[in-house]
Amino acid sequence: MTSVRVQQEDFDVAAEIAQMRSGSTRIGAIAAFIGIVRDLNEGDEVRTLTLEHYPGMTEKALEQIVADARQRWEISDVRVVHRVGTLAPSDAIVLVLVAGAHRGEAFAACEFVMDYLKTRAPFWKKETTPGGERWVEARESDDKSAARW
Amino acid sequence: MVRLVYLARLRDVLGTAGESVTLPGGVGTVTGLLAWLAQRGGAWAQELAPGRAVRVAVNHDLARPDTPVRAGDEVALFPPVTGG
Repeated sequence: MTSVRVQQEDFDVAAEIAQMRSGSTRIGAIAAFIGIVRDLNEGDEVRTLTLEHYPGMTEKALEQIVADARQRWEISDVRVVHRVGTLAPSDAIVLVLVAGAHRGEAFAACEFVMDYLKTRAPFWKKETTPGGERWVEARESDDKSAARW
Repeated sequence: MVRLVYLARLRDVLGTAGESVTLPGGVGTVTGLLAWLAQRGGAWAQELAPGRAVRVAVNHDLARPDTPVRAGDEVALFPPVTGG
């Protein structure tokens, strides 16, 4: 099963995992990644982080990334929840859960989904620092991480 | 008509969220569209010049320089993504 959601509200990690577990008794492992807002970027204090996306494309792009992961690994369930709107330091940004029979595939697929999301899903971050607002620049290291796969 | 959508920093610097345009004959790919828009000069020329990091999606799929652009398409222009 694949579930992809884009939402303003926070997510409940325990509830998301519980839903996944209740869906199948064949799950032996769930790998989880949670991305969180930091209060520091490029040496500056970050007060708020606003995430914008491209409605219509976002869900399609995320579903394609999950479909790619399913082709590469034996995994049963994937859940991606990505927040948009204005967030504060320590707020959660993104949740990726991957369930499978064994940990190896779940770990690898979870990392793949995040690496691809970082370079292919249409989200953009704008941060507020003491110096004002600025768009976050894409990192070359993210392209390198995605190219590994 | 082609629906153009500008997102994130590109929307800010171009000063518009989108527009509908009729492509002139001879403009049929992503590369052609960017070159045609860059002819407007100013921020358009600066942001859409060859070599600038502009990403393009045609009908909600990431596009390549040679991806066709046709009447009825929705074409989005945006900076490299920074989600996650």
